[in-house]
Amino acid sequence: MPQIQIPSPLRQYSGKQASVDVPAKTVGEALTGLVSRHPDLKRHLYTDDGKLRAFVNVYVNDEDMRYLQKEDTVLKDGDTISIVPSIAGG
Amino acid sequence: MATLSDVKPTAALAEAVLSNDEILRYSRHLIMPEVGMAGQQKLKAARVLCIGAGGLGSPLALYLTAAGVGTLGIVDFDVVDYTNLQRQILHTTADVGRRKLDSAADKLKAINPFLNLRTFDTKLTSANALELFREFDIVADGTDNFPTRYLVNDACVLTGKPNVYGSIFRFEGQASVFATEDGPCYRCLYPEPPPPGLVPSCAEGGVLGILPGLIGVIQATETIKLILGQGDSLVGRLLLVDALGMKFRELKLRKNPDCPACGTHRTITELIDYEQFCGIRGEEAPVYGGDLPVISVEELKKKLDAKADIFILDVREPHEYQICNLKGYLIPLGDLPKRVSELDSSREIIAHCKMGGRSAKAVAFLKQAGFTKVHNLTGGITAWAERIDPTMPKY
Repeated sequence: MPQIQIPSPLRQYSGKQASVDVPAKTVGEALTGLVSRHPDLKRHLYTDDGKLRAFVNVYVNDEDMRYLQKEDTVLKDGDTISIVPSIAGG
Repeated sequence: MATLSDVKPTAALAEAVLSNDEILRYSRHLIMPEVGMAGQQKLKAARVLCIGAGGLGSPLALYLTAAGVGTLGIVDFDVVDYTNLQRQILHTTADVGRRKLDSAADKLKAINPFLNLRTFDTKLTSANALELFREFDIVADGTDNFPTRYLVNDACVLTGKPNVYGSIFRFEGQASVFATEDGPCYRCLYPEPPPPGLVPSCAEGGVLGILPGLIGVIQATETIKLILGQGDSLVGRLLLVDALGMKFRELKLRKNPDCPACGTHRTITELIDYEQFCGIRGEEAPVYGGDLPVISVEELKKKLDAKADIFILDVREPHEYQICNLKGYLIPLGDLPKRVSELDSSREIIAHCKMGGRSAKAVAFLKQAGFTKVHNLTGGITAWAERIDPTMPKY
């Protein structure tokens, strides 16, 4: 089952979990499954019209999904999805 | 990989002759073939600009100075305060109240008197960045906000200077090298900033004190590798550091051909208004359109002294409540929607947080939910500690 890694700025919306296992065939399904389990995450990941926010990057293993098939990217068993939002602290 | 050999005038290198004192000082570098005399001379001829002398800027400046970088520029307009000392190791307790540049200059000169330190007591802006960057070979980004990060990136792309990037939040950090000739830039990774308020800053969210040490030292390492032309740089890779799990991972970064800053059809040909870029663009419509009703800490004190029937709602987190509180009823902002039924809309509610930002959101939410007698405490519990109860700790 694919595992989604939740970065610390977003963990307050995922019940403090650092990773969530979601049964899914594609990246899009996995993310939909994630926000249906943790509805508070939704507005942080998606815009009001349902598009993934531009400052939230999604990686399948170490590859940016923008350079794969985006949300249609097919997942294999053991794939890790990482949500990598921008942070600015210094 | 990108090196500085093409940008560094050979004349400057030839002039970077090491004295006997310098040879002794850098002996542990000189006996390594990857550095050697030639590498140490490259370091001496190099000019690195640090943006910020804070959490990331501290280890950056300390190590670059110790390593023998010849010219170090620092841009900062801030003054040392007590909350800096938990992580900004350039500054000491005795420096509180001093300009960070003065504090930094003392420490860096003490570490290495051969350093040519150039300090710039200014905020980095679209008006001064290009001119400033042109006088340096590499820019190390240790800033703490999105507008300056986009400004540093664009100015690096426009002037052709590598941007050694590091960024931190709580227990996590990111590092990479952007804006080399063939590599991606920050905008390739993040085309747009988050809407204001959606991503908390370190001042709001906190940061583990050692984290800027970890990330700043990675930035210093990358800077030195770029100067020496040694090793594999982080160009094209984003290093993610999770200090809690103590995991280091890397992600592939690609140069985006459609990038407005460094792509094939560039639309950013000069610096823009970055406050506006990060503030207005992508901003969500305010939850509540009208002016938020506010109350000052002085008015609150009067009401409490008069035993008025008021309900204090504290929307901070439980661990903040433990530091100090006004004996308010605690519902963290994130829990407010599902716990709103615990509140009595017939009573006068005064919402507060640390500074007034989160409680403004709470008040806007409650207004929208039909609460009419709700006020936001301006300046939060910090204003209370400053103006009403000086025995209360500030954090």
